[in-house]
Amino acid sequence: MNILVCISHVPDTTSKINFVENDTQFDTNGVQFVINPNDEFGLTRAIWFKEKQGAQVHVIHVGTAAAEPTLRKCLAIGADKAFRVDTPATDGMQVAKELAAFISTNPYDLVIAGRESIDYNGAMVPGILAALLDIAFVPNCVGLEIDGKNAVVEREIDGGREKLKGNLPMVIGGQKGLVEEADLKIPNMRGIMQARQKPFEVLNPKGSGIPTKDVLFEKPAPKAEVKLVPADDIDQLIELLHKEANVI
Amino acid sequence: MSILLFIESENNKLKRNAAEIASYGVALADKLNKDCVAISFNADNAQELGQFGVSKVFNVTNTPQQFDAHVYANVLTHYVAKLAATHIIVSSSADAKFLAPLIAANTNAAYVPNVVALPHEYQPLTVRRTAFTNKAFANTTLTAEVNIIGVGNNTFGSVEQAVDCVVENATVEHTASQLEQLSISKETGKATIADADVVVSGGRGLKGPEHWHLIEELAEVLDAATACSKPVSDMGWRSHDEHVGQTGKPVSTNLYIAIGISGAIQHLAGVNASKVKVVINNDPEAPFFKAADYGIVGDAFEVVPVLTEKLKAFKAQS
Repeated sequence: MNILVCISHVPDTTSKINFVENDTQFDTNGVQFVINPNDEFGLTRAIWFKEKQGAQVHVIHVGTAAAEPTLRKCLAIGADKAFRVDTPATDGMQVAKELAAFISTNPYDLVIAGRESIDYNGAMVPGILAALLDIAFVPNCVGLEIDGKNAVVEREIDGGREKLKGNLPMVIGGQKGLVEEADLKIPNMRGIMQARQKPFEVLNPKGSGIPTKDVLFEKPAPKAEVKLVPADDIDQLIELLHKEANVI
Repeated sequence: MSILLFIESENNKLKRNAAEIASYGVALADKLNKDCVAISFNADNAQELGQFGVSKVFNVTNTPQQFDAHVYANVLTHYVAKLAATHIIVSSSADAKFLAPLIAANTNAAYVPNVVALPHEYQPLTVRRTAFTNKAFANTTLTAEVNIIGVGNNTFGSVEQAVDCVVENATVEHTASQLEQLSISKETGKATIADADVVVSGGRGLKGPEHWHLIEELAEVLDAATACSKPVSDMGWRSHDEHVGQTGKPVSTNLYIAIGISGAIQHLAGVNASKVKVVINNDPEAPFFKAADYGIVGDAFEVVPVLTEKLKAFKAQS
């Protein structure tokens, strides 16, 4: 089985979010970048397939060279080969088209992306990609079993879970549940050394129109100080929620 | 030229978010001077969209009873061409986020989800949306021939303005499903985190699953969904389906009540989009108080039962 895991390179959750260039660019100064957490669950599941059922695991990223340490980490965790499509990524449709162009000449049985990236939260790349390739797609994926060409996939829905069956090739949007947090791998020294020898290819972008553009970023207005209500005056809280906040 | 609305339904009834999507679409159609046409699937009560200003609905009746993203995308793509749609309005539910990318691919659209208001500019179309998991907003332009706006839950609200509504039942030729549903497990009769107006959430401060009746009783009075923090689901006190936060479910509700949750940055990222946040915690230094609107520094085991009783009395007389 050949698996391709799509990797986003995102600011660590605890990063300070600031903007530069008149609030048109994210300020990367001093920011620690990581594998997008949702992608990491998917990558870990892919490596599980490699170890238990036999698979080749490749990773791909659309973006600039800034993401190379993140891709090396994927190799150190156990991916066999990394690709980077060399173009700044600014829109989900653009990224999906680059991935689709690559996959249509390099087919995979399974393509895993994350539910969404934690920076732009678009949750659109895997779905657009699947539709462009005309293969099945399952987002919010919390369970995946593969037997030959058959896949049984569980997805989280509002208020529950849905179990679906389909044929490979398929695209999934993974998240926590695909593997548990405790299963995530930390690269060891041997993995890091091996990663240096593993193939890493930089690809030219196919290029396409970019239909959306972030023209300005804003931070939320500073929050008003919390109104503290004494623990023995619950009536006051109910009054505030009813009359001031208007939520009950 | 028209604006298409994707209207969600479940068990043949419109979902709650239909009102918000209808209201947003009608308001946008007014601004752009275009027709607003709703597309629903197997809905018995699509007529009710008239309360929110929608005058035309195509209710598609030959699709599977259960939501099927691939089939629905096929049908909506058909209507984009048929009605020369320039804009498509969808919600931010799990289903809408499944569907919209597929339509975007089919129609080569610009798609922006998590939008919090009507566009503030129309030349070019510019919307405000959340970014960096609710830690910032981005103003984003959409410049394709078809533009899809995903409206964040509970951001625009619903606007009542009754009009005559014509519902036309329709059958649309569509491709077969790519996936076969094996089973669905869903708690019925209980408010879901995605749908509820109020979410009551418990954390480690509750000391064990045996104390969850405190959360459930409060939730019952408020008709609220129950949720929990990550450590609580990791320890198996509650199922992962209740976990809210960055790696769990997102919450964007009118009222979020956090009990015994300290407010780690990953938790806040997932719940920050909620309008009003109430925090009950015995630690006055808990970071959640900085993100909250109202707070009580106190012992949950004492405060919550009193709050539940008093809310019961309040609800009974109002």
